[in-house]
Amino acid sequence: MIHQYRLCGHNIVLDVCSGAVHAVDDVAYDMISMYESHPKDDIKASIKEKYPDVPDEELDECFEQIEALRESGKLFSPDIFESSAGLLKEKTAGVIKALCLHVAHTCNLNCSYCFASQGKYHGKRALMSYEVGKRALDFLVENSGTRKNLEVDFFGGEPLMNFDVVKRLVAYARSIEDSKNKKFRFTLTTNGMLIDDDVIDFANREMSNVVLSLDGRREVHDRFRVDYEGKGSWERIVPAFQKLVKARGGKNYYIRGTFTHANPDFLNDIKAMLDSGFSELSMEPVVCAHGDPSELTEQDLPVVLKQYEELADLMIERRKEGRPFTFYHYMIDLEGGPCIYKRISGCGSGSEYLAVTPTGDLYPCHQFVGEEKFRLGDIYEGITNHKEQKKFLDCNLYARSECRSCWARLYCSGGCAANAYHSTGSVSGVYKYGCELFKKRMECAIAVAVDEELDEAENEDSDI
Amino acid sequence: MRRIVTIKTRDLCKSAGNGGCGECQTSCQSACKTSCGIANQKCESTQNVKTRK
Repeated sequence: MIHQYRLCGHNIVLDVCSGAVHAVDDVAYDMISMYESHPKDDIKASIKEKYPDVPDEELDECFEQIEALRESGKLFSPDIFESSAGLLKEKTAGVIKALCLHVAHTCNLNCSYCFASQGKYHGKRALMSYEVGKRALDFLVENSGTRKNLEVDFFGGEPLMNFDVVKRLVAYARSIEDSKNKKFRFTLTTNGMLIDDDVIDFANREMSNVVLSLDGRREVHDRFRVDYEGKGSWERIVPAFQKLVKARGGKNYYIRGTFTHANPDFLNDIKAMLDSGFSELSMEPVVCAHGDPSELTEQDLPVVLKQYEELADLMIERRKEGRPFTFYHYMIDLEGGPCIYKRISGCGSGSEYLAVTPTGDLYPCHQFVGEEKFRLGDIYEGITNHKEQKKFLDCNLYARSECRSCWARLYCSGGCAANAYHSTGSVSGVYKYGCELFKKRMECAIAVAVDEELDEAENEDSDI
Repeated sequence: MRRIVTIKTRDLCKSAGNGGCGECQTSCQSACKTSCGIANQKCESTQNVKTRK
């Protein structure tokens, strides 16, 4: 299976199953599009009619190049992976390597679009105690098998409302790393309201990554991200984020925004982030209940898709100007990305990744917290709801029939189980709106990568 | 005339032979938190990670 598209001035041909990517000219683009459905003579005649100036020998040469790529498994390669779909999960059955610690089911902002219902996850306000958090870390270590790298995300609500516990938990984790032969990678996701010098110092010392919530333009951000008096938070948090990022000295961070029906033109928000001095950016479509006023509509879809394309153009333009920036969804390492097992195994929620509530309950991921039927167990007894967990263990690329014919399937691994559940009622469903966005993002990501690779190759040639 | 430029990519078929260590990041952990994409994740197996500038 192949996927062909034109973007950012490039003709791109993706060989889905091998992962090969080709940048081609118009002649090769058209020839490849006909290759599987027409005999060689028909293809040549058709191409000759469209491109009369191209000599016959060049057409033959192009055809031979396509044949050679097919024979070497870089074009029209078959999907041979289905029998391996469950292997990685089988091999790692029972191994947990990442926890989302909900250290605060409360928040000092009152954002109406919050999927966590202002941090409460449809429950009562609560803070995680040190004892619960410590037991959660022990639970992770006990269930991590031979995995060395363990990920823990301090999440909420607003985790800095329980900062003292966060600090104590990190200290505890560090104290057991050597004896347990583990390496903890911590992430803090914060709205920025409580950032001070102590937080900055701690985050930059201990957090592998910090995720800083900012929606972009001031008027966009302050539309939703308000305190309990209705006052916007932009003015307070942007200077704090700037100070934290400056002090971070190049360590990972993301400015993470949410766009909604109110700002499908989110590229303007990305530009506002750039204007504020940030370069590591993420902008996510809102996740909310169907019918919510902030929900993205069918009318928004073409606007959003166009924004993604223009974002790709902007990234290329700024890279060439020596002012590059990162967009989380356009990060793609074509040469060093995930292996095929990872790509077909699904996202890992409910198996290698779990969310822990302030009271120690376990859920498949943070987006299921508060939905009682998805409670899988707790940090004391472990997983006890095996029936519900099995639905997540069975989630893989081939579990969704719609995905089998999709060119992007090896980039999304079947998609987000929570999005699927909330849009279709089943964790093995397909959130079609999200698929449209995802496919456009992947086209853009690959186009941006192709542009950079071609520039590098050109520079190398000119250096010789 | 070179009409097709093949970009350097990881051969997914070959990765079936040497992949599956499971050390890589979980899908949306530590970043977006609301969608699944695995294409932007790094392989943790050093033999497969290309050296970039």
